[in-house]
Amino acid sequence: MTTTRTETRTASRPAAALPGAWRLGLARGALELRQFFRERDQVIFTFSFPVLFLFLFASIFSDDVQGADITASQLYVPAMIAAGIMSTSFQSLGISIAMERDQNVLRRLRGTPMPPAAYFLGKLWLVLVTGLLETVLLLTVGVAVYDIELPGGAADWLTFGWIFVLGLTGCALLGIAISSVPKSAQSATSVVILPFLVLQFISGVYIAIDTIPDWMLNIGALFPLKWMCQGLRGVFLPESARILEQTGSWEYGRIALVLAAWCVGGLLLCLLTFRWKSRRDG
Amino acid sequence: MDATTGDTEAAVEVRGLRKRYGDVTAVDGIDLRVGRGEVFGLLGPNGAGKSTTVEILQGHRTRDAGDVRVLGSDPGSAGRELRARIGIVWQDESAPAELTVDETVRHFARYYPSPRDPGEVIGLVGLGEKSGARVKSLSGGQRRRLDVALGIVGGPEVLLLDEPTTGFDPAARRQFWELVAALADEGTTIVLTTHYLEEAEALADRLAVITAGRVAAEGSPAELRRLHSSLATVEWTGHDGRAHSERTGTPTRTVAELSASFDGEIPGLRISRPTLEDIYLGLTGQESAR
Repeated sequence: MTTTRTETRTASRPAAALPGAWRLGLARGALELRQFFRERDQVIFTFSFPVLFLFLFASIFSDDVQGADITASQLYVPAMIAAGIMSTSFQSLGISIAMERDQNVLRRLRGTPMPPAAYFLGKLWLVLVTGLLETVLLLTVGVAVYDIELPGGAADWLTFGWIFVLGLTGCALLGIAISSVPKSAQSATSVVILPFLVLQFISGVYIAIDTIPDWMLNIGALFPLKWMCQGLRGVFLPESARILEQTGSWEYGRIALVLAAWCVGGLLLCLLTFRWKSRRDG
Repeated sequence: MDATTGDTEAAVEVRGLRKRYGDVTAVDGIDLRVGRGEVFGLLGPNGAGKSTTVEILQGHRTRDAGDVRVLGSDPGSAGRELRARIGIVWQDESAPAELTVDETVRHFARYYPSPRDPGEVIGLVGLGEKSGARVKSLSGGQRRRLDVALGIVGGPEVLLLDEPTTGFDPAARRQFWELVAALADEGTTIVLTTHYLEEAEALADRLAVITAGRVAAEGSPAELRRLHSSLATVEWTGHDGRAHSERTGTPTRTVAELSASFDGEIPGLRISRPTLEDIYLGLTGQESAR
C-alpha cells in the first residue's frame, strides 16, 4: 500500500504547478491580519497611540491660527493621520520583520517554495487594512471632537486616496528596508522609532509647519512624511489654511512626485538590502 | 521515466565540501552520497560540522568549495522547484505565532504544488488532539513535532532533519523514530544529523561518522562494526599482579602464549571486541572521556 502511494505522489508531481505569488500573497495577508488581531497588546498599542497623541496635542494647542481660519487643534488631525499611516506601515513593519528575522520565522519561510513576493504582498495587505482602520479612527475623532469637515467632493477623496496609497506603500517599503538594520530583535524598536520620532518633529506632525525653521523643514522634505502631512492638510482643511504652507500652496504635483519616488526608491532599497537570515547565521 | 532515473540518480551527492568561519574550519573536505529512499545519518559530536553540512544541503548556508547536488540541483542556487521537493526541519525552532496548529499546517501546505493532507500530517506527528490549540500554548516537544509536520506537509522527496530529537524525552524520541521509519517506508529519502549513537543505529540504513569536519568512517552500522572491530582487546592480570591489556588482530595466539607462560589458567582473562559505541568514541577521539 505504501508503494502505491509513493508512485501516485511522484507521478502527480510534474503536472502540479507551483502556486502563484499573487494568490499566496492574499493567503499570507489573511494570515498576517489574523495574527495581528489576535495579539491584543499590539492592536491596542498600534491604534491608541496616534489617537492619544492627537488628543494631547490638540488639547494643549487649541487657539485660533491667525489668518488661517482654523484652530491649532484642527492642524493636528491631518498631521496625526499622516503619522498614523507611517506608524502602521514604517514602524510596525520595521519592528515586526526584524523580530521575525531574529526568531527564525523568515528562515523557515525561505526553506519553503513560497515566492518572496508573496511575503511582501502579505505585509502590504496587512498595512493597507490596519492603515485604513487607523485613518478612519483618527478622522472620526477629528470630526467629532475638533470640528473637521469631511470633504464633499469626489476630487478631494480621490486626492486622499492616492496620498494614502502612495504614502503607505512608500513608508511600508522603507519599513521593510530598515528592518535589515538592527542587529537583533532587542535593538529593533529603538532603531526604528528614533528616525520616525525625528521625522515627526521636522515634518509638521508635532510642531506646526510655520514654526519649524526652514532648514529643518527642508531635511524633512527629503522624506515622505512631510508631504503626506501637507497633502492631507489640503484634503481636510479649508483653503484658507494654505497660507501656512512654505510655498503658500498645497503642491499636489510635487507631493505625488516625491511619494512615487519613494515607492520606487524604497523598492530598490528593499531588493538590495533585504536579509532573510539573522546576522548570527552569517 | 521517473522510475528509471530515480533509481540510479543519487538523492544527495556531496564532493569535496569545505566551509570556514573566519579561522575555524567547520567542514574540511566531505564526500557523501545518499541514494533514493535511503535513511542516512550524520553522526558526530557537537561542533564536528554536521549541522553546517546539512545547512549547506538546505541551501541556507554558502560553501567555500565543493560540489553539492540535492535531487540533481545545486541547493545554493536552486529556486522554488527544488524547495518544493525537499522538507527541512531546523535545529532551533522558530517563534510561535498566534495561530493554531491546524491553521499553521494548512497554511504551509498552500506553498506546495502537491501537498499532503494537513489533517493527516497533524495526526502523523501525534498532534491530532492539539490541532485546535494555539502554537504558543504547545510544549517544547509538541512544537518540535509541529516543526516536523511543517517539514513533511509538502510531501518532500528528501527530508533534511537537523538534530530532530534534541530535548525529547525517551518516549517522544521512540515515537519520532517510528514516524521517520514510516516516512522512509513511503520512499522518502531522509538525511538526519544526530549526536545520539542509539538514534543513528535505530534509524539509519547508512551513517557517516563526522569528526573535525571530515568523514571518519562511513557504512551501515553492521559494516562499521565489522570494519573497526578486527582488533580485539585481551586483558589479564600479570605475574606482577597488575592489570595488562593488549590490542591484537590475533587474540587466539596471544591467549595461547599467555596460557603457556602461566602454565594453565590465565588470571583475570577477558577478551572483548569493541561495541559500536567504542568504535564511535574511538573514531571521534573521545576514548579518554570514558
